[in-house]
Amino acid sequence: MANSMTRIVSALLNSSKGAEKLLTSRLIHSTSPVYNADVKENYIKCTLIPGDGVGPELCQAVKEVLAAMQTPVVFEEMFLSEVNPTMSVPLEQAINSIHKNKIALKGILSTPFSSLSGELQSLNMKIRRQLDLFANVVHVKSLNGIPTRHKNLDFITIREQTEGEYSALEHESVPGVIECMKIITEAKSRRIAKFAFDYATKHGRKKVTAVHKANIMKLSDGLFLKCCEETAQLYPSIKFDSMIIDNTCMQLVSHPHKFDVLVMPNLYGNIIDNLASGLVGGAGVVPGASYSSDCVIYEPGARHTFGQAVGKNIANPTAMILCATKMLWHVNLHSYARRLTDALEKVINSGKSKTRDMGGYASTTDFTRAVISNISFE
Amino acid sequence: MNTICRTIRCTLFSAARQSSQFNGLQSSRNNTTVTLIPGDGIGPEISKSVQEIFEAAKVPIEWEIVDVTPVRYPDGKYGIPTKAIESFLKNKIGLKGPLATPIGKGHRSLNLEIRKVFSLYANVRPCRSIEGYQTLYDDVDVVTIRENTEGEYSGIEHEIVPGVVQSIKLITEPASRRVAEYAFNYAKANGRKIVTAVHKANIMRLSDGLFLQCCREAAENHPEIKYKEMYLDTVCLNMVQDPSQFDVLVMPNLYGDILSDLCAGLVGGLGLTPSGNIGKDGAVFESVHGTAPDIAGQDKANPTALLLSAVMMLRHMNLPDHANNIQSACLSVIKEGKMLTADLGGSAKCSEFTKEICSRLG
Amino acid sequence: MSLLKHCVTGGLINSFKSLPANGIAKLPIAAGVTQGQRNLQSTTISNYKAKYGGRFMVTMLPGDGIGPEMMSYVKTIFKAGGVPVDFEELNLDSTHEDIEHIEEAVIAIRRNGVALKGNIETREHSRNFRSRNVELRLRLNLFANVIHCRSQPGINTRHKNIDIVLIRQNTEGEYSCLEHENVKGVVESLKIITQSKSEQIARYAFEYARKYNRKKVTAVHKANIMKLSDGLFLNTCSEIAKEYPEIMFDNIIIDNCSMQLVSNPHKFDVLLLPNLYGNILTNIACGLVGGPGITSGRNYGIEHAVFETGTRNTGKSVAGKNVANPLAMINASADLLEFLRLDYHATVIRNSIHKVLNIEKIHTPDLGGTYNTTDVVEFIMKDVQAQTSI
Repeated sequence: MANSMTRIVSALLNSSKGAEKLLTSRLIHSTSPVYNADVKENYIKCTLIPGDGVGPELCQAVKEVLAAMQTPVVFEEMFLSEVNPTMSVPLEQAINSIHKNKIALKGILSTPFSSLSGELQSLNMKIRRQLDLFANVVHVKSLNGIPTRHKNLDFITIREQTEGEYSALEHESVPGVIECMKIITEAKSRRIAKFAFDYATKHGRKKVTAVHKANIMKLSDGLFLKCCEETAQLYPSIKFDSMIIDNTCMQLVSHPHKFDVLVMPNLYGNIIDNLASGLVGGAGVVPGASYSSDCVIYEPGARHTFGQAVGKNIANPTAMILCATKMLWHVNLHSYARRLTDALEKVINSGKSKTRDMGGYASTTDFTRAVISNISFE
Repeated sequence: MNTICRTIRCTLFSAARQSSQFNGLQSSRNNTTVTLIPGDGIGPEISKSVQEIFEAAKVPIEWEIVDVTPVRYPDGKYGIPTKAIESFLKNKIGLKGPLATPIGKGHRSLNLEIRKVFSLYANVRPCRSIEGYQTLYDDVDVVTIRENTEGEYSGIEHEIVPGVVQSIKLITEPASRRVAEYAFNYAKANGRKIVTAVHKANIMRLSDGLFLQCCREAAENHPEIKYKEMYLDTVCLNMVQDPSQFDVLVMPNLYGDILSDLCAGLVGGLGLTPSGNIGKDGAVFESVHGTAPDIAGQDKANPTALLLSAVMMLRHMNLPDHANNIQSACLSVIKEGKMLTADLGGSAKCSEFTKEICSRLG
Repeated sequence: MSLLKHCVTGGLINSFKSLPANGIAKLPIAAGVTQGQRNLQSTTISNYKAKYGGRFMVTMLPGDGIGPEMMSYVKTIFKAGGVPVDFEELNLDSTHEDIEHIEEAVIAIRRNGVALKGNIETREHSRNFRSRNVELRLRLNLFANVIHCRSQPGINTRHKNIDIVLIRQNTEGEYSCLEHENVKGVVESLKIITQSKSEQIARYAFEYARKYNRKKVTAVHKANIMKLSDGLFLNTCSEIAKEYPEIMFDNIIIDNCSMQLVSNPHKFDVLLLPNLYGNILTNIACGLVGGPGITSGRNYGIEHAVFETGTRNTGKSVAGKNVANPLAMINASADLLEFLRLDYHATVIRNSIHKVLNIEKIHTPDLGGTYNTTDVVEFIMKDVQAQTSI
């Protein structure tokens, strides 16, 4: 048993070509400036975790934009990484900072195939677990000016992210046979269902669709579905229906306009988030947020580090800037949020500054500068 | 007849193991028997259409039509008649129309039954954009190969304490290796270039890790096929943005379920996508769309999915000439756009559509 | 009973923090939740029903009369102070005939757990028309109504330094809505007293006293006349009192209590009241400390809490005239914030109220001043902004 384990692990290690990547990313990280030198009282403090890949570049763009607006937000920046452990601050420090500030802006942390210490939980999972970030919300919205096949999409995907397939409970029962547990609990299913309906109520949405595979996984997904159905009873003004995951995927690419709010367990959420992001222009333009009862972390909706673009100054900061606007709304800095959104929309609509993924040749810094120059000063 | 059967069995067995070629048949110069389940709803019409086209194309195949209306077994449960199962066991190959989902418990589903009888371990779904049927995606040519016996759908679930349900995803080395091997063989036999393993090993490090490991080992045995690995979420993201970058995808059960339907969605739904189930002891090809009871018997249904499934079957039986003949006739009719059924935006009847295809057979 | 205990310790009771000498409380750092509590919350599913990412969703029922105006002031002040609360507003007023309309409000409170409510006028559409307010309380089982009456130094009243907490049973007694006409001209109204509900409210009162260092609980009754019903209430209270030996317990008859309250209010500490007597005495006590314009009331159930003005009147006569005193509702909103453990924001608002009443003396006509409603609101808004200045 141990033998085959080590074999798998070593094979995974040998094939991952992480070494070169580490070197390049280290360069970027070490040059990124730290802003929290003079922290003023009464400023809103926000933890900033730049993440791996192009994360630091994108966070830099956000910092520049917010600084240009003189937003009263001070970032507590800390570099956290699983693929680059020597540069990383301890997880506790990051967790404590988020606990204290209650808000965070976070790039994407890349997850190696297999952790060096042989742990089953990845860093992302640990953060979610420790902060109890149970709900992930991705707002999928078409932006005018980005060429996509489907137009005018506007829907929300809500994903449970503390249990399900991502429970990190795996074991090899006999050699060559691996069991991976998927856990669904009533309490957490209810909690995410309620979250989805509350979110729909708050944002004036009309319909919630539960995504599941209860026809096959009758007990586990059945429990999830039952909890959603029961929660729906408390929200008579919101329509509720359910859809099987494979059909949902098919409908999403053919008739995405029929969706409003989607709520689902962990793994399906991962799939739908990415699928939906693809529909409106890719990982670079879709913002997301992870909620616990106390804290909220804003991060791009589709979790890709875009490692191949590191240092090339070509990544699209739209998702990260949209995250920042959502963060500003959350902390009651509405006028700043509005101005930033307007500026961003102007840039994207004008079509003059387009990054590679939007079909143009603008660099990250060009795009950022364009946003800054479009900010209105009241 | 016995010898043929043995040959088929032999070759099918090896098809699963080493290659998907179906060798011994042509030399025998005899007609092969194929089990046909017409299915419910529009099933009989489209099956008839497929039979007509096959006859016109002079495909050396004889159909053995079986009825799968559930019968009551001595144990009180309802299930498919043993006759149907025997036919499958004898012929080793089958074509199946859509079946209405049986309602009520204690009912053995046909799909499960057949899957068990044949140990159908891989589900293959080629999704191609069809010229003449406009969708938002016109550059799709993807084959999804899905492990079909274990993973999340192993059906092992239990409630540990009230309110906490545990569902087990099972990944085994033999099953993973088998499907990986099949994927590479399929790629080779069908002139495909790249096999991409789809996984989530960053989260499920052991289980998906094992699956990946098996794929890598299979890749080493087939150096002429390019091998890639991708995260499930990345595949989803890229698939809807640029599906042309994908070729053959191989993956565990749940991911395959989702991605195969997703790809079907890209090219216009299940009405045009064929599907095949490959097993150790046989293979069953089917159309995966619904029974459409609202238009059943009105000669309005579109037989394309079943026809393309039958074409897949011919390829599997190593009758590529017939397969190409029928496929090009069918696609040219759709491309021309004059004789289309209602679901494709035309007004032709199923029988007219069928006749048109027959007239174009080479 | 463990459930009740849980609800008392789990945050359903919240204190008015006694103010220091200058009347301005020091602002607690951040949101006033200790690390220990936070750890507890992060590992268990939160007690709050609709709290996500530190923001709360609260049901708002503006009601009739001055209610809608007051709610808009609360929203303005919350916005100025950057309070992380979002309101789900439901227009539940007396114009809707059918009682089913109330179901929507009940459901909304069920899912958010907390509500801020204006009073809904009870019109006599028909004889079967039940009060929306009572209906809401019954359906949500809001068994305890807590009103804290305290003198404000800036308000000129006859009695000084009054500090009484009134805890009223709110779901049974005379308010059971069971009335019928047996024969023409003879109407029976049923008053229900049950041991379980009496025990529940008594225990709540003693837990409250223990938590906030109150010395004495006084049960109010009319057991000399209504020997069985009020007798049951009194006996139950005496039984429960034995479990709390550190707290003094006595009882007083309702008519005597009314008299004592206006002549010698300082002898009372915590009053434990059945429903109807509670209604009477809360109004008396509110009057003693400066009228209905400043006192807020809290309603607690096992799972839900509703905050409203202390005297529950619609103030229809002053609606739209810009003279009503907004402090009662603003106080209620501060109660709400304390309940949500948003101590920082609650303290900011309380400080501003303190300045309005006792330092700047921006009094509306009901307190003998000449200022308008909007003057008060504007002052509070600016003061809250100054305190939180971002």
